[in-house]
Amino acid sequence: MLSLEALSVRYGKHIALDNVHLRVDPGETVVILGANGAGKSSLLKAVSGLVTPEPGARISLDGRELTGVPPHRIPDEGIALVPEGRGIFTALSVDENIALGAYSRRARAGEARQRDFIFDLFPRLAERRRQVAGTMSGGEQQMVAIARALMSDPRLLMLDEPSLGLAPVVVGELFDALGRIGASGVALLLVEQNVTISLELAARGYLLEVGRVVGEGSAAELKEDPAVRQAFLGLND
Amino acid sequence: MITAFSFAALAAVFAALAAAPFFLGTYGIGFLLGLVGYVTLASAWALFSGPTRYVSLATVAFFGIGAYTVAVLYETLPSWLVLVVAALIGLFVALLVGLSTLRLAGVYFVIFTFGLAELIRQLVTWYEVNVTGTLGRYLFVDYGPEVVYWKLLALCAVTLAIGYFIKRSRWGLALKMIGDDEVVAEHCGLPTARVKLALFAASSVIITLVGAIQAPRWTYIEPTIVFNPTISFLTLIMALLGGAGRLWGPVVGAVPLFLLFEWLSANFPDHYSIILGLLFIAIVFVLPNGVLGFFEEHWNRLRARGSAGRTELSQDREAG
Repeated sequence: MLSLEALSVRYGKHIALDNVHLRVDPGETVVILGANGAGKSSLLKAVSGLVTPEPGARISLDGRELTGVPPHRIPDEGIALVPEGRGIFTALSVDENIALGAYSRRARAGEARQRDFIFDLFPRLAERRRQVAGTMSGGEQQMVAIARALMSDPRLLMLDEPSLGLAPVVVGELFDALGRIGASGVALLLVEQNVTISLELAARGYLLEVGRVVGEGSAAELKEDPAVRQAFLGLND
Repeated sequence: MITAFSFAALAAVFAALAAAPFFLGTYGIGFLLGLVGYVTLASAWALFSGPTRYVSLATVAFFGIGAYTVAVLYETLPSWLVLVVAALIGLFVALLVGLSTLRLAGVYFVIFTFGLAELIRQLVTWYEVNVTGTLGRYLFVDYGPEVVYWKLLALCAVTLAIGYFIKRSRWGLALKMIGDDEVVAEHCGLPTARVKLALFAASSVIITLVGAIQAPRWTYIEPTIVFNPTISFLTLIMALLGGAGRLWGPVVGAVPLFLLFEWLSANFPDHYSIILGLLFIAIVFVLPNGVLGFFEEHWNRLRARGSAGRTELSQDREAG
């Protein structure tokens, strides 16, 4: 489905991503693990068209070339992003945020169906449709961000550190919802530092270190990987 | 959103304003003319700066371009054609400026637009001194101030209508996205650069036309008069006072401030600028959301919660 080949991203002299190869199969949940500055966010930005990769890179979704597609066309290609730090319109209400998520052409057709799905997924949002998003709790804001992204009826949903700054119990709720989104057939590509919970959700994962893929495998394999265990779980064998 | 009643009331107000010159003396007409001019400037300014929150100080750059175009061409072309030419020049400059600067954000955009007005003033001055050989231009037209006033009133109505239709369309909400978070707006599928450019161009063309229509009022035009930065600042304060994010905000702000400035400049000509500055600071601190925002906030607090406060999105979308 999503395929990244020879993806390199550079900011001036600084190399953020170095020759990354990655794929996400239809309906699959994939996690990218890595520390701060490993290039995780740059990868999602490259797929969203927000940064231009170095020549030679190939980003494609179901064979359709995405390299060079401007960011506002990406939702029409079936990709939605929940950027780091929520990515909602804080001055607008929950309803308005959700309506704006359906702004792209692709989204308008399935708007009512997506709205039902979202309110079924996050009943709390249904209760607070008129509340200004900026006045909600961190977890609720993250729900709004995900709901907004889902409104574009994506085939691939990308999330940049959805658990960041949330209480463990809220993270649990959120990942349950992500599991249901995955079960509905949407492929998920998720960037996380919370290894334990994301490996429970994901089928496969990649380990990113200073811009390079240094490990990949099934979730079970990654859980046992000494590098992962040492770097993220603080476990020494 | 707008009921038949309020539409009729609005039409009556405009009809009364249009008939006013028949009952007023020269001073009265001049006064109304200035008022409608600033209402139009503030509303046009808010068309772009309100939803996007890009604070522009380039108002006088376009205003001056309009006025100068008229001063140069009024003897060679019919007056309606002069307005068309002025609008086209304003559009051209707006697109040029927009394409090169709308990637700037925050304070950089403010500074750039302020510099732009100054740059255009210096260019015009240089051209007039070195090429034409004069600095001032005389402007004698064969129509009176009431004609200027009617043209401005028509432009004012058009500006408010544009604002109304943008707010009602799905664009209205989309523009709020830009003011809130441009990156997320882009992710929602909004071509932010193009939208900003279109809006900046529309706003700038209206401002250019205000300058062009008002130009005959001066009879003598030189760069320091028509490129006076105070025009940019007054426009900005008026829009902010009323609330730049609302359709009627700039009108609500422009009317009392215009009255106040008239009174101040007549009674305290020496301290005018100081009072202006203090007022500017006070407005930003006390009424960050403008008068309308202030009242709306307190009104909502008084009212029981739960009743419908916001407009229905679905209606807006159908309208667009």
